[in-house]
Amino acid sequence: MAIETHPERAEPSGSGPEVGGPGGVMRPWWLRPGVHTGLIGAVIGYLLGHLLGNFLGGGYTRSALSDQNDVAIVLGYALGTVGWLAGLGVFNDLGRMMLGKPLLAEIRRGEGEVGLSRYFRYTLDHKVVGIQYLYGMIAYFLTGGLFAMAIRSELLSPTYHLIGPEQYLMVVGEHGTMMMMMMSSVILGPFGQYFGPLLIGSKRVAFPRLEALGFWLTPASYVILLSAVLFGGFPTGWTGYEPLATQATAGMDAYFFAFGLMGISMILAGFNMIVTVINYRAPGMKWSRLPMFVWSMFTVSFLQVLSVPVLVGACYMGLMDRTFQTAFFTNQLGGSSFLYEDLFWFFGHPEVYILALPGFGVISEVVSVFCRKPLFGYKVAAAGMLGVGILSFFVWQHHLFDSGINPDMRPLFMLTTELISIPTGFIYLVGMGTFWKAKIQFTIPMLFALAFYFNFLIGGISGVFLSDVPADTTEHGSFFVMAHFHYTIMGGLIFAFMSGIYYWLPKMTGIKLNEKLGKLHFWTMFIFFNTTFLPLFALGMMGMPRRVFEYARNLETLNDWVSISAFCLGGSILIFLINFVMSMLFWREPEVGNPWRSRSLEWQLSTPPPPENFHRVPVILSSPYDYGVPNALPVADLNPPPGVIGAAYASASGVEA
Amino acid sequence: MATTETSAAGTPAPGSEPRHGLRLFLIWIILSLAATLVIWFVWYPHLPPGRMSDAAKHQQFDIAVLAISAAPVIIFVLLYFIYSIVTWRARPGDDGDGEPIYGNTKVQASWIIGTTVIVLWLFVFGTVELVVPAGAGAGEGPSPIWKLAGTQTTSWTAGSNDMLQVQVIGQQWTWTYRYPQFGGMESTELMLPVDTPITFHVTSLDVIHSFWAYQLGVKADANPQVDNVAYVTAKALGSVTVRCNELCGIWHGAMFNYGHVVSQTSFASWASGVQSKEQSDGILAALPPYALTYDPTVIPQLGKNLTNVIGITGSPGYYYPPSNPVQP
Repeated sequence: MAIETHPERAEPSGSGPEVGGPGGVMRPWWLRPGVHTGLIGAVIGYLLGHLLGNFLGGGYTRSALSDQNDVAIVLGYALGTVGWLAGLGVFNDLGRMMLGKPLLAEIRRGEGEVGLSRYFRYTLDHKVVGIQYLYGMIAYFLTGGLFAMAIRSELLSPTYHLIGPEQYLMVVGEHGTMMMMMMSSVILGPFGQYFGPLLIGSKRVAFPRLEALGFWLTPASYVILLSAVLFGGFPTGWTGYEPLATQATAGMDAYFFAFGLMGISMILAGFNMIVTVINYRAPGMKWSRLPMFVWSMFTVSFLQVLSVPVLVGACYMGLMDRTFQTAFFTNQLGGSSFLYEDLFWFFGHPEVYILALPGFGVISEVVSVFCRKPLFGYKVAAAGMLGVGILSFFVWQHHLFDSGINPDMRPLFMLTTELISIPTGFIYLVGMGTFWKAKIQFTIPMLFALAFYFNFLIGGISGVFLSDVPADTTEHGSFFVMAHFHYTIMGGLIFAFMSGIYYWLPKMTGIKLNEKLGKLHFWTMFIFFNTTFLPLFALGMMGMPRRVFEYARNLETLNDWVSISAFCLGGSILIFLINFVMSMLFWREPEVGNPWRSRSLEWQLSTPPPPENFHRVPVILSSPYDYGVPNALPVADLNPPPGVIGAAYASASGVEA
Repeated sequence: MATTETSAAGTPAPGSEPRHGLRLFLIWIILSLAATLVIWFVWYPHLPPGRMSDAAKHQQFDIAVLAISAAPVIIFVLLYFIYSIVTWRARPGDDGDGEPIYGNTKVQASWIIGTTVIVLWLFVFGTVELVVPAGAGAGEGPSPIWKLAGTQTTSWTAGSNDMLQVQVIGQQWTWTYRYPQFGGMESTELMLPVDTPITFHVTSLDVIHSFWAYQLGVKADANPQVDNVAYVTAKALGSVTVRCNELCGIWHGAMFNYGHVVSQTSFASWASGVQSKEQSDGILAALPPYALTYDPTVIPQLGKNLTNVIGITGSPGYYYPPSNPVQP
């Protein structure tokens, strides 16, 4: 895009990426790259790609079921994404660096980026990226939630149909894929990016450009995934099983492309987090003092970096099968439908722990603060996260117990799957130990944390039923599975996310959410969540498979109950939304102090935190969990005298009390 | 498991504090006992998938045993949280901190040992329950290692211990059942004899389906070009719901039909009746020869291979002919 590669006033007030004060010359907002130029880039890119695709693959009529040219659509998505990023100015710095020019002042992290418009730009301040993620993920969540409402509306009656079977599958697929894409970033995005550096005492993240790129890929994959609706959706659900995916119409291209794109976003976020946590910890922030939330981010990042490339590969192969007539997954042509299942679940099972672990992290923070006690068994908690992370790579075939692939390996995968409940149990041990003789304060974050323990318990125990091959023979692929993973993901992760919002939003924005509405939100969400998903276990056991638009007549009463509960659950989310919008825009109840009396490092800063987080690199003096310790040191010295840092580096143990 | 934890956690508290551990333990043991009795005597006989076949019986037993193993754990955790919410809530106006307890080696060790013991028990139990009933009705792939006993014969007679072979062919969006021991005749209705060892050969013509005979406790994925074997012995007469359990396209929700378990003699007469009717109608001759898998792009009666005719990887690039899926 010409606007950014030839800026009219390219004279920053310094040279090199690290210099230049806030006085740098700034163009008006509409001349700087942002969402508006990104959209222009995306449209131009899509049209170019489509043209190129028609030129390359105009002769292909892949299947009689579809008269669309998949090559053109996929290339349109690809170049559209590149155009979107170029329009946002992602490549500007890269180009300037290659040309040996000084970087523009405008894009520097922190300073110089003020006002509302920074949230609509490619920016290098991790706190801005965190807020961007927060709004982005809420948008994802609400869209996915609307699709869920449509699913439940259709299932009100076994025979009378609000939407046809094709639309039903479209809605199911959109709901599942959108939620899965959102969930992998819903905590890692907003809270991980915002609080990761703050919690370890760092002024920045390691790779701010990768971090921002990771976020700006998510709106692209959101739009691409939704664009499947224009092609009639995709019939495979969120798993995208082959060869049904090869047979499907062009909506499938959107699925593969969007999921792959989200995968790339997850990999980038993971890289950034790993390097930041290893290298950017403040002096004195020993591994044994790392907040549990950072431990969870750290573990999850490894899972993302190691497992998501497999998904990206599978999506790529799926796209090749659909466009350039390869046959990776077509059994008749030497491919294998098992191959896709293997690849997908090799990603898919670590993925469910990518979803679960950040929840554990948030809950551990919240529980310690509101029990007014140190986290019980800190090392056990960290070991639990690592254990879950490592084991999660060895369990994926439990999704394929009935598939006929490697049947003699089933006892092994049964064992590994059940073993994973040991480190998961550590999370409960830590929580329960922290509750022992605590002084529990029932704030809204704490209520959500308690609900998390309740929901995840049911989700986890039902997972043990699914890990057992004979019992799984009845439960596999039924509503039982559906109930199980909604209990772990929605009941676990989303409750943890809500806990995190009520806990951290005052720090992120300086505004407190209304407490009365918050309590109403909690109780409605907790009650209706359970009335929605608990009966689904029974429905599954009674023989209702997933993703059906018709079901046996005798299951109608239970389904109606579930549907009505689900609408009430939707109403509860609406209460949250009203609370969020009204509190943020109109009521604006300020909260700038440390309302929770938390010891954690982020709460020791001003609200909102200064652009570079810390005026000086802090020296960490004690664990963030030292509640109730007489004469406990403050968690950090935020203003260490010059020279102390060098000494702290020399012997990190020297600063211990 | 929870026994060890609670007793470790229940080291007498100093001063006048009640013995929380002992209290918890007593409440827990009563509730667990009650739950176990309820599950075993009230719930177990009604648990799905019922007792219509040996596989279903084993699954029902499995689910009941898992429930009995899980109930004490659930009760322990919930009880603990409820107890602590009630006992250790901050009284109004109390802004103080709790005791700084960083951990307790005994509690942690007993927790880890307890959960490990439970997990290993579940693993051993699950493996035995998988191997003994010959795969417990689950699909075991083309070469199963846990086989059901039965005489392998080319024809099946009532009253013998002959293994009945039933091929289940999934396609969008219907099930077809083929009986190779009756001349390879096909039926859209699943008929099975009671008290007979049965081998299902599950395969698909197009995409992945999953054969789920609910009351029989049989579930096996149908992959194209794959022969997925599952065993079952029906133990009672009655009808069986067959549903597709793997998303297979828009009419997946409508892909179900019913099967019937009948006596051996009526099965034999039904099967030979269908066979002779299809023989006289010429259907048997039109069907492709019985095989473990089928390729719908190859129609042997035409003497040609559609794959070669249209050119599957060429620029026209049909994966399936327009009339897909081709009826065998």
